[in-house]
Amino acid sequence: MKNVLKIGSYLGLILTIIPPLLFFYGKLDLKTMNLWLGIGMILWMITAPFWINAAKEAE
Amino acid sequence: MSQAGLVKKLIPQTNEFERMPVPEAHLKGSKSFLGMFLGEHTAGTEFVIGPLFVAHGVGAVDLILGLVIGNLLAVLSWGLVTAPIATAKRMTLYYQLERITGKNLVRWYNLVNALMFCFLAGSMIAVSATAVGIPFDLKMPSLNDWLPQTFGWVITVFLMGAVITFVAIQGYNQVSKFANIMSPWMILVFLAAGIVGLSQLGVTSFESLGTIAQEIIWNGIPLPGMSRFSIWHIIFFAWFCNMAMHIGMSDLTILRYAKNWTSGFTVFAGLFLGHFIAWIASGILYASFLQANSGSQEFAPGQIAYQTLGIAGAVCVIIAGWTTANPTIYRAGLALQGIFPKVPTWKITSIVGIITSLAACFPALVMKLLDFVAIYGLLLMPMGAVIFADFYLAKKIGFRAEACLANKTNFNFPAFLSWVVTLVFCLGLNQIYGVEIFFLGLPGWFLAVLIFITLSKIYYPIKNPSST
Repeated sequence: MKNVLKIGSYLGLILTIIPPLLFFYGKLDLKTMNLWLGIGMILWMITAPFWINAAKEAE
Repeated sequence: MSQAGLVKKLIPQTNEFERMPVPEAHLKGSKSFLGMFLGEHTAGTEFVIGPLFVAHGVGAVDLILGLVIGNLLAVLSWGLVTAPIATAKRMTLYYQLERITGKNLVRWYNLVNALMFCFLAGSMIAVSATAVGIPFDLKMPSLNDWLPQTFGWVITVFLMGAVITFVAIQGYNQVSKFANIMSPWMILVFLAAGIVGLSQLGVTSFESLGTIAQEIIWNGIPLPGMSRFSIWHIIFFAWFCNMAMHIGMSDLTILRYAKNWTSGFTVFAGLFLGHFIAWIASGILYASFLQANSGSQEFAPGQIAYQTLGIAGAVCVIIAGWTTANPTIYRAGLALQGIFPKVPTWKITSIVGIITSLAACFPALVMKLLDFVAIYGLLLMPMGAVIFADFYLAKKIGFRAEACLANKTNFNFPAFLSWVVTLVFCLGLNQIYGVEIFFLGLPGWFLAVLIFITLSKIYYPIKNPSST
C-alpha cells in the first residue's frame, strides 16, 4: 500500500513540473497545463501525508 | 465526551522543554531540519521579495551574483555562529538569554520579539489571503493600501489565522510534519512559475533567456518612485533578511534539537531553493504579470500566481504563507512563555494567534515587507550578539559567563546598554548619514559585542579564573 501511495506522490510531482516544460516548448496551451498542474497537486495532497512523515519517524 | 476531555484530545499536553536542555532521546537528525528549513524558507514572503527586486530595478548579473554571495554568508552564519551554541547549550533562546541578562531585561526582549513574530506571521497570513479570496471575488489590496478595504478581507484573514494557530498549538512536531509534507511540491510549483513566466515573456532559447532577463525582467531600471538596488543591496538583504534567526540567535530554539552542530548547514538547501530559485521565479512571474497588466497597481501574490498557474498557483501561495506562519507563531508563543512561564503553551499560542490575525488585516505589512524585515532583524540582533560574546568570549576576555544565573540577579546592565546604544547608533547612521537600513546590521553587531564585553569586564570581572 505504501508503495502505491509513493508512486501516486511521485506522479503528482511529475505532473507539477512536466506540463510547464511542455507549455514552454509550445506542446500544451495554458488552460490544459493548469488542469494538469491541478491534478498533480491533488495527487500529491492525497498521497504524501500518508508516507512522508512515517518515513521520517522510522529513521 | 466531556468538554475537558475534548480539549485534552484536541490539544495534546506538549512538552517543549522551555526551561531545561533538550534530553538526548528527543534529539533529531539533520533530515528533520532539512524539511523544516525547506518549508520555512520557501515561504509566502518569497512571492513578495522577488517582485520587489524587479520593482527596484536591480540588474540581472547583480541579482544572481548578489544572491549567491549573500546566501552563502547566511549559511555560514547559521552553521558557524548559531548551531554550535544551540547544540552546546540546548536551551531556547529565551531561557539562554534569561541566564545571561536576567528576568527583567529578557521580559522586554521577549515582548518585542513576540510582537515582531506576530507581525511577520501576520504578513504571511495576508499573503495567503490574497489567494484564498480569489473564488469569492475578494477586492485585492494594491501597492498603496495600508488599511483593510473590505469586511470580506477581515473575515478571510481571521478564518485562516484560526486554522494556522490550531496547527501551531500542536507544537514543533506538528509544524515539522506539515512543512515536510508540503515542501517538495511547493518548490516544484515555484520552478513551474519560473518556466511558464519565461515562456510568457517570450523566451524560446538559452540565448533569448539572457537577453530577456537583462532587458525585460531585471533591466536595471526601477519602477517610478522606487530606489535602484545595486549588488550590495542584494548581498546584504540576502544575508540579513533572516538576521534575527542566525546572528540574532532565534534559531537556538529550533537547532537545540539537533544531534550535531553541523545540522546548522542544512539551511543551505532551504536558502538556495527559497531565497535563490523562488526569488528569481517570483520575479519572473511578476515581470510577466506587469507585461500582461500594464500599469496595474494591484499587488496580490495569490492573484499573480493564479493568472499563470491556475488553482495550483493559488494553493501554493496559501501553503507557502502557511508553512512560514506556523513556526513563526510557535516562536512567538515561546517568547511569551518566557514572560508567563506558568501559563500553558497552548493558551499562549492561542493569544499569539489572535494578535497575528489582527495584524494580518492590514495590507501595509505586505507592501512594506522589506522595511519591516530589516527593522525586525535590527531590533533583535544586539541580544544575539550578547549571547555570542557570552558563549565565546567570556573566558578569553575574563568576565563571568551567564552572569545573572551565577550572581542570582535579575538585570544585566552591560546587556541592556549594549542593546539600547546599538539601536541608537544604527538609528543615527540611518537618520543623520542616510545609511540604508539593509546595511546597518553588520556595524551594529560588532558594536553590540564591543559594548557588552567592555562593560561585562567592568561589572562582572573574574577575580579567580579557576572559579569559572
